[in-house]
Amino acid sequence: MKLNRRIFMGNGVIAATTLATPTVFANGHGKPRVVVVGGGAGGATAARYIAKDSKGKINVTLIEPSRMYYTCFFSNLYLGGVKAIDDLGHSYGKMAAGGVNVVHDWAVGVDRDTKTVALASGDTVPYDKLILSPGIDFIKDAVDGWNLSSQNAMPHAYKGGSQTELLKAQIASMPQGGTYAMVAPPNPYRCPPGPYERVSMVAHYLKSNNPTAKIIVADPKPKFSKQGLFQEGWAKHYDGMIEWISSDFGGGNVSVDPDAMTVTIDGAMVKVDVCNVIPAMKAGRIAELAGVTEGNFAPVNASDMSSKANADIYVLGDASHQGDMPKSGFSANSQAKVCANAVRGSLTGSKVFPAKFSNTCWSLIHKNDGIKVGATYKATDEKIAKVDGFISATNESADLRKATYEESEGWYAGITADMFG
Amino acid sequence: MYCKLVLVLAVMLSHGSVWAESIGVSSKGADIFKKCQACHQVGEGAKNRVGPQLNNIFGRTAGGLPGAKYSKSMIQAGEAGLVWNNETLNSFIENPKRLIAKTRMSFRGLRKENDRENLLLYLSEFSKDDTKIKVLKKFTKNNDHSVDPSILSIVGDSEYGEYLASECKACHQNSGANVGIPGINAWPTKDFVIVMHAYKQKQKPHPVMQMMAGRLSNEEIAALAVYFKDLE
Ligand SMILES: Cc1cc2nc3c(=O)[nH]c(=O)nc-3n(C[C@H](O)[C@H](O)[C@H](O)COP(=O)(O)OP(=O)(O)OC[C@H]3O[C@@H](n4cnc5c(N)ncnc54)[C@H](O)[C@@H]3O)c2cc1C
Repeated sequence: MKLNRRIFMGNGVIAATTLATPTVFANGHGKPRVVVVGGGAGGATAARYIAKDSKGKINVTLIEPSRMYYTCFFSNLYLGGVKAIDDLGHSYGKMAAGGVNVVHDWAVGVDRDTKTVALASGDTVPYDKLILSPGIDFIKDAVDGWNLSSQNAMPHAYKGGSQTELLKAQIASMPQGGTYAMVAPPNPYRCPPGPYERVSMVAHYLKSNNPTAKIIVADPKPKFSKQGLFQEGWAKHYDGMIEWISSDFGGGNVSVDPDAMTVTIDGAMVKVDVCNVIPAMKAGRIAELAGVTEGNFAPVNASDMSSKANADIYVLGDASHQGDMPKSGFSANSQAKVCANAVRGSLTGSKVFPAKFSNTCWSLIHKNDGIKVGATYKATDEKIAKVDGFISATNESADLRKATYEESEGWYAGITADMFG
Repeated sequence: MYCKLVLVLAVMLSHGSVWAESIGVSSKGADIFKKCQACHQVGEGAKNRVGPQLNNIFGRTAGGLPGAKYSKSMIQAGEAGLVWNNETLNSFIENPKRLIAKTRMSFRGLRKENDRENLLLYLSEFSKDDTKIKVLKKFTKNNDHSVDPSILSIVGDSEYGEYLASECKACHQNSGANVGIPGINAWPTKDFVIVMHAYKQKQKPHPVMQMMAGRLSNEEIAALAVYFKDLE
C-alpha cells in the first residue's frame, strides 16, 4: 500500500506526513471498500451513513476537492439579505471522526475493469462499490454567447460558494434603477423552484436597497414550479418590479454578450447591469467519464440507485436520471440513504429494506413568507415513481407562511447535520 | 331515570333510533353543553361570544367562521385542512390543547367518552342534514384518538426503525435539537404511535407529516416508535 500524500484526516490535517505509516487505506485491508465521489447532499450523506451503520466493517473514502461545502440551498436567502455567507459553509471536519476517509482531490477518471478511481494528484483509489454524486455541470453552448469563461461577467451562481458571493456583490453594486436579468434554465435542472426563489430574494434585496431597479427573467419554459404561489407573492410584495418572459413570449430565444453586458430576448436587445445566466445542465463530468451517462444524466435502478450501465457503480442526486423526483438536496439525501442501505447489504450481508423516498422543497418569497411543495416516492421496475404530494395554497395567512419559513430553517439545520454529522 | 333508560337503550342498539337520539341522548348532551355555555352559543339566534357560535359546526373548517375570534394556531390548523367532524371534534373536546396547542379555548376537556358522545350528538342537531351525526358512533375506549389497541400492541423492529428513521432525520435532528422542527428522540412508544396515527388519519394537521405518516404501515410506525424511544 503506497503512501498517499493527498489524504487528509478531518479538517485539513495531512495524515501521511504526521503519521509514520500510511494508515488510511491500510486500515481497510481486507475490508470491502466503498469510494464516494462528491461530498454534497448525496455523497456526504451516503458516506456518513455507510460508515456509521457498518460500524467499521466497510472502508469508506470520500473524494471531494473543496474543504468547505457551501450549500446551494439557502444561497438565495443570502442573496436576499436573510442569511449570511457563513451560514452556508460546512466543513468535513466531523466526517473523519465518523469513520470516513476524506480525500480532498478531484476524481478525474474511473477504470471499471480494475475498479479504480483516478485522482488529479495522480493517485488511484480502488473500490468494490463506487458511488458518484458529483452534482451538475453545464451543457456547452446552451446559451448563445455564454461559456464557462464568461462566468465572472455573467455568473450562474448555480454551484455554491464563490459564484454566489460574486452574484451578490454584483447585485449590491447595481446603479439605482438598474436592471438585473436572469436567463432561466430549461428542464430538467437542479432545484425547480430555485430560479424563482432567487428572483424573489433579489427583489427582496432591491426593494429596500434599490427600489427603482428592474428584474427581467427570460425563460425557455412556458411555466414553472410553484408558479401560482410565486406570482401571487411577486404581485403582493414586489409589484411592477419583475418581468417574467415565458417561452410563449420568446423567453427561450436568447443570446448574451458578456463584454457589452447585453441580453437579446426574441430580437430585442437590453443593456443590463447584472446578468445571471443559468445554462442547461447535465450530470457532473465524472459520471460521463465513468461511462454511466446516457444523454445528459445517468440512468439508475430505482430500488438501490445502481447505475443501469454498471452494477458496481451507483449514481445519486442531480447527476442521476431516476424518474419523478426533482433534483434537490432533499432528494439527493433521501436517495443516499436508500443507496447506503443497499450497498451495505451487498457488501456485508446486512438486511436490505425496501426503498422509500421523499422530498420537500421550501422557498422563501419575502422575509417570513415561506411556501413548500413535497411528495413521497417509491421504487418501481421502471423508475422512482411519485406516490403522494402536497403544495402550499395561495392566500395563506401571514402566520402560516412564517411558520413555513421557520420550518425550513429547521430543515436546513437537520439536513446539514445529517450530511456532515 | 327516564333519561338514563333511554341512554342505555341507545347505546345498546348500536344503530340507535331517531327517537332515542333526538330525545334521550341529546338531552343528556344539552346538560353537558352547560359547561360550554359561558363561551359558546348554539341554536336559533346563536351569536359569536368569547368562542364561535356552534350552529353547523359539523363540516366547518377549523378557525373558519367569519367574525369569530380564533387563535392563530386554530386558523393555521384550518388552513392545513382541519375540518370539524365526529372524529376531529371528539379528539379536540377530549383534550383541546393536545390537538391545537395554542387554542384560545381554556377548557381542560371532557375525559369521559360518553360525555363527548352525548355532547357531539347534541351539537350535531344544529348542523346541516348532510353533516349531522345520524347514529351513535362508538369512539375507542381509551383516550387515544382512534388508535386500535391491536395497533398499539404491535412490537416494532428496531433495525427496520433505524432505516426508516433515516428519512425522518432529514428534518428532525439526530441530536434531538429543537430548531424550527421539533426533536423527537426518547418519546414513549405509545405517544409516538398515537401521534403518527393521528397524522396518518389526518386528525392532526400538518401537510408534510400527514404525507409521511400516510404511507407508513402500522408495523412501520411501531418500528419507528421503538427506534426513537431509545435515542437520547
Ligand atoms: C440556488 C439554489 C437553491 C437551491 N435550494 C434548494 C432547497 O431549498 N432545497 C433543496 O433540497 N435543494 C435545493 N437546491 C438543490 C441542491 O443544492 C442540489 O439538488 C443538491 O446539492 C444535489 O446534491 P448532489 O449530491 O447531487 O450534488 P452537490 O450537492 O452539488 O454535490 C456535488 C459535489 O461533488 C463534488 N464534485 C464534483 N465533481 C467532482 C469530481 N470529479 N471529483 C470529486 N468531487 C467532485 C463537488 O465539489 C460537490 O461538492 C438548490 C440549488 C440551487 C442552485
